[in-house]
Amino acid sequence: MPVVLETRGLDKHFGGIVAANQVSLSIEKGARHALIGPNGAGKTTVVNLLTGMLKPTAGQILLDGKDITRVEPHERVRLGIARTFQINQLFADLTPIETLGLAISERLGLGSDWWRIVGSKTSVTDEIIELIERFRLGDVMRERTAILPYGKQRLLEIALAIACKPRVLLLDEPAAGVPEDERHEILATVEALPKDVTVLLIEHDMDIIFSFADRISVLVNGALFVEGEPDAVARDPRVKAVYLGEAFDA
Amino acid sequence: MSDQTLPLTGEVTSFLTRRARWSPLEVAFWLIALASIWLFPAKHLILTEICIWAMFALSLDLILGYAGIISLGHAAFFGLGAYSAGLIGKYGFIPEPVLALVASGLIASVAGFATSFLVLRGSDLTRLMVTFGVALVLGEIANKFSDITGGADGLQGVEIGPVFGTFRFDLFGHTGYVYALSVLFLMFVLARRIVRSPFGLSLQAIRGNPLRSSAVGIAVNWRLVAIYTLSAGYAGLAGAVLAQTQQFASLEMFSVERSADVLLILIIGGTGYLYGGLIGALIYRLAQDYLSDLSARYWQYWIGFVLIMMVLFGRVYGGILAALIIGATIWFKVDTGTSFVLTAGTLLVLGLVREPIVKWVALREQQAVVAMRRIRTRMKLGGHTESGHAGRA
Repeated sequence: MPVVLETRGLDKHFGGIVAANQVSLSIEKGARHALIGPNGAGKTTVVNLLTGMLKPTAGQILLDGKDITRVEPHERVRLGIARTFQINQLFADLTPIETLGLAISERLGLGSDWWRIVGSKTSVTDEIIELIERFRLGDVMRERTAILPYGKQRLLEIALAIACKPRVLLLDEPAAGVPEDERHEILATVEALPKDVTVLLIEHDMDIIFSFADRISVLVNGALFVEGEPDAVARDPRVKAVYLGEAFDA
Repeated sequence: MSDQTLPLTGEVTSFLTRRARWSPLEVAFWLIALASIWLFPAKHLILTEICIWAMFALSLDLILGYAGIISLGHAAFFGLGAYSAGLIGKYGFIPEPVLALVASGLIASVAGFATSFLVLRGSDLTRLMVTFGVALVLGEIANKFSDITGGADGLQGVEIGPVFGTFRFDLFGHTGYVYALSVLFLMFVLARRIVRSPFGLSLQAIRGNPLRSSAVGIAVNWRLVAIYTLSAGYAGLAGAVLAQTQQFASLEMFSVERSADVLLILIIGGTGYLYGGLIGALIYRLAQDYLSDLSARYWQYWIGFVLIMMVLFGRVYGGILAALIIGATIWFKVDTGTSFVLTAGTLLVLGLVREPIVKWVALREQQAVVAMRRIRTRMKLGGHTESGHAGRA
């Protein structure tokens, strides 16, 4: 499989702290790639670097072999990289309908259209409906996002990234904070993603990781530690040592 | 609940287009505005002023209410529009006022575009200071080049031709009012259209969460530049209408007081629904007129009083409470000094007991909303109603 997203020697320093240290990842097209590591390992920093929300101190990011290190975050979305956030980043005053309509309008290049009314294009409304049904947001679609139950907000968080129709989707702990009995709903939607969408998943829950990922990279102290197939990573004594060293919480 | 696969198409479309339709209340608002031309011919001068304040507040609402950009120097563009229209009139560059108005608006929006890059930086406080600074700078430029602008004496000798070459501006302000009201209406219709477009929605998204906005592909900075430019143009149009109807422009039009007043008007009327500026302008100007009749020198005391009440208890409750208190001082014919002491004391006490009062009101509000919903569901209208505003305590 060809490599879609690649980093070469990515460094990020915050003052004296090294948050990412010579990270060289390559993610293949259609992969279900998991990025794991103990707390503070720099997983979210890597996502922020990949999406352009942080600028690397050194190193390169390539999408389909083209250097995108200096490309602005919103332009990377147009190139096909979308993400979700570990802590919900939603539009409190907008409803799910508007939230999704916004992202879809932007993707279809209608975002700077100041004359037509938001719901006047069926191409936009059809997609809103598709996402609302897929993510089971129908019963809350007219409510302000701020008052939605947490589980629904979490679904909207993911639906919003999907609305950008990414080729590469970065999921930063999609099930974080979701009660056990609602997790399957979130995982089901992630598992139902088309096979040609490449997914990079950050997660703590080992059950989720091993049921989902076909490749795992382990990040420790900002540096890539081990990378390989799930079985190989699970057997690796060094990985066990890292996780046991900090009380394996699966 | 509609969790199953239902024909949602109609529901989603109607939800999105619902707010684009003119509600009966809106139609009534504009019909009354139109009727005022014939109903209050003696009040056309003050009504013209109200229209101009409304245009100016509408312009501020576009950036503050929709994009979340706070400005304490919006008079920069108002003044620029006023002087542009004044100079165009004085030197007869463009004899027809509507074209001159458009030109003045364009000049102000160019200035808005140029300064937008300064305003984009930083936090609310930074923006407050930068906008304030821009207004001071422009005002003093107008002061310095007095051979062009007339300096402290204002711009004299402004001549404005007849509108469309037909309707002359008269002393009683009849033409002026129809002119100002028409311009306001056109500006409003355009603004209304814009805020309901995908562009307008993206502004609201940026105000709510700029980080996520860029993560869904919105070029945040360019959207802000665009709305700031438009808003500056709107402010310029307001200033230009003032200069044209008064046939005069003065340095006061750049002043900090004017920037603060328009912010006050918008806060009184409410941000983010476009009518706030219009209603605020009406209330503010009529209250000013009435209160300065009561005590010509100290009327601003009451504006301050109302403002604090609104901040303490919310726009509606605070406004009503303030009106009742002011009404009581008039009813009991309390003299100015005593009423100041009494009401200032009331404010201090209310400040102390605010918390329990607000909590009590919020609770009652919630109960009312729940009761309303129950009634609506019983009437089988449930499911189509919008969620009530979550009461902010």
